[in-house]
Amino acid sequence: MFVLDTLTHRLKRGCETMDYPKGAPAALPDRHGGSLRVESSKCAERCSECAGVCPTQAIMPRAQKGVTLDLGRCIFCAACVEACPEGAITQTGDHRMAARTRADLVLGEEGREEVRLAPALDAKLRSLLGRSLKLRVVSAGGCGAEEADLNVLGTIGWDIGRFGIQFVASPRHADGLVITGPVSRGMELALKKTWDAVPDPKIAIAVGSSAVSGVPFTGNPEVLAGASSVVPVDLYIPGWPPHPLTILDGLLRLLGRLGNDRFTPPARPPAA
Amino acid sequence: MNAAQPFAQLTNATALPWPQVPDLPVSRLLEATAAELDRGARLCAWFGVPEDGATRLAAVLAYDADNVLAVARSHPTSGSYPSLTPAHPQAHLFEREIWEQHGLKPEGHPWLKPMRALRGGAPANAEFFRVEGREVHEVAVGPVHAGVIEPGHFRFQCSGEEVLHLEIALGYQHRGIEGALAGGPHRATQVQVEAIAGDSTVGHATAFASAMEALGGGEAPLRAQWLRLIALELERLANHTGDIGALAGDVAFLPSASACGRIRGDLLNLTALVCGNRFGRGLVAPGGCRHDLDTARLAEIGERLDRALADAEQACTWLWDAASVRSRFESTGTVSSKQANDLGLVGLAARACGLVRDVRYDHAAGWHRFAQAPVAVWPSGDVFGRARVRWLEIQRSGQMVREQLAGPPEGGVRDAAPEAAPDMLAVALVEGWRGEICHVALTGPRGEIRRYKIVDPSFHNWMGLAMAMRGQAVSDFPICNKSFNLSYCGVDL
Repeated sequence: MFVLDTLTHRLKRGCETMDYPKGAPAALPDRHGGSLRVESSKCAERCSECAGVCPTQAIMPRAQKGVTLDLGRCIFCAACVEACPEGAITQTGDHRMAARTRADLVLGEEGREEVRLAPALDAKLRSLLGRSLKLRVVSAGGCGAEEADLNVLGTIGWDIGRFGIQFVASPRHADGLVITGPVSRGMELALKKTWDAVPDPKIAIAVGSSAVSGVPFTGNPEVLAGASSVVPVDLYIPGWPPHPLTILDGLLRLLGRLGNDRFTPPARPPAA
Repeated sequence: MNAAQPFAQLTNATALPWPQVPDLPVSRLLEATAAELDRGARLCAWFGVPEDGATRLAAVLAYDADNVLAVARSHPTSGSYPSLTPAHPQAHLFEREIWEQHGLKPEGHPWLKPMRALRGGAPANAEFFRVEGREVHEVAVGPVHAGVIEPGHFRFQCSGEEVLHLEIALGYQHRGIEGALAGGPHRATQVQVEAIAGDSTVGHATAFASAMEALGGGEAPLRAQWLRLIALELERLANHTGDIGALAGDVAFLPSASACGRIRGDLLNLTALVCGNRFGRGLVAPGGCRHDLDTARLAEIGERLDRALADAEQACTWLWDAASVRSRFESTGTVSSKQANDLGLVGLAARACGLVRDVRYDHAAGWHRFAQAPVAVWPSGDVFGRARVRWLEIQRSGQMVREQLAGPPEGGVRDAAPEAAPDMLAVALVEGWRGEICHVALTGPRGEIRRYKIVDPSFHNWMGLAMAMRGQAVSDFPICNKSFNLSYCGVDL
């Protein structure tokens, strides 16, 4: 009786996995705001109101006019958006923000107002990993939030198994590492050993602004400056923590499984 | 309540001028603390305050039945003092921490070793406890674990399959949060506090905000306190649901595991509806809350909450109905109520051993003064008990949030951040989803933070897991570990 009940309920629910990436992705929560766009051309001369309110020092004034904002140091609190008198920093509502280099996450120069999204791996690596990517997750001072949203990708709603992506139990079974956290000094050795235990060719992915740059602990002697302090990073996914959609976009982008998709803002405009 | 004279009393989320905290000779403080613990007080925090090259010891005790806290401090001291731990195991980790942070040695401590100190890119774990014998073997697990989870090291002493002893070594996640708070609050402080334990963001942010508000002699607007309660209970709902799913997964009961994984996401999305972040980041700050809920948003949260709770009920019913699940949960990883009391366990781990211990009830502060749910208790002390308490709390928290959504108080949600008064001591307790979160803040002569002590519930509870494993099979470790689901970074700070 019990087994039948369970099965009936399960059947009634049907398939609960999202359509994305075949269909459109679900909109981010309206108060999330998504990625940022920085237009230094709109800035007033010698204004750096935004840099003064940023809790993680992600914003640097430029010599003459305007600022640069490092999305890899950003915790998406939107204090700068509220502080800017000229509307030069805006939320785009876009969930996509994964990049291949740190420089691609720095916004604000002319022509570089938004993130330069990650191109796919080269053809050789794509042929090796494109349809089967096994990853070992190492939390190195991670607070548990990034880890939680990585786990979410394994649930039935997201089901990353359908892309051949899987989080595995041993570095010996893995094609690469996912690193979370700013890399506490207490995890330096363990991270290095885990990286060395992954067979070549291998990739490293930093998930969350902590792993990208070490924020908000930069300056504490107990932490390093993110994953690239110990391993060569191939993909940076900023966020505090990144929304599961942002992580999934980054992974699929790296594997060349998303086209040159254009972002359509969600129907509901992000609220301030 | 007739706490002895040596202690000054205060209630949760209030402050006391530091000069009014009784200043005792070290031996007197230790005697008095031991006597109060013998009478049933609980050790919320036991820590050092540096002063003129020496250290003052400070004790924060809780009298749960009397709804009151008590504080006292010692004269500045150095060298050593007689350890509380042999007679009062709940002081165990506190005394190791004091020794590591201030070099003050607890004489007679049974297992004095570092907690977070480093040696060559890893914690200096020192020697592990070893059981000798012909058929005894050792199993070492971690720091990097098989799942997507934080790092820590577990060392089992086993005879065949049976675990004789488990020693848990943490420190891998140490990020220096307490130390960085000195002289603050700094610009990054709020953000660091929200990362003490990512799954308890609202809990820790509320404790920090309450402590800062108490130092400033005020409290947040009522509507902000109401919103903090809703966010805290949503955090509890999401984590409890996720844990029940994870427990189901560990005994290979996939229907509930899959369903709860998804429902947990739905509940996290409710928090995101409140503030944009699934973990509640950027919501609670000293002075109030950064977002408010309009009528439409209240209604949407209510509707989606009802759906999520109905789904959770279905998923949990499958679980409780399955004899195979019950037989794995029952009598696995048992902690007696005496052990729980001696070790000073808090939160759901304590309540699952039959202890009625809940900050929301015993030391109500904020909106919990006006809205209460019955304390969820289960007597069995095993994995089943810890799962069952989670389910009871899902029901009760769900009901409480529903009621609160229906009747929001008027007014704004944000005042200016309070100015902390100089030379004040504030204590803020919050019942996070794991249990009691304790923040103790002490200001210096300019109102700056002189010492900030953070006690995550996991700090009290890891030893509970070690005791739960005694006499179990090694293969029961995952399910026992999940049933506590403690935070590594919350302890490592």
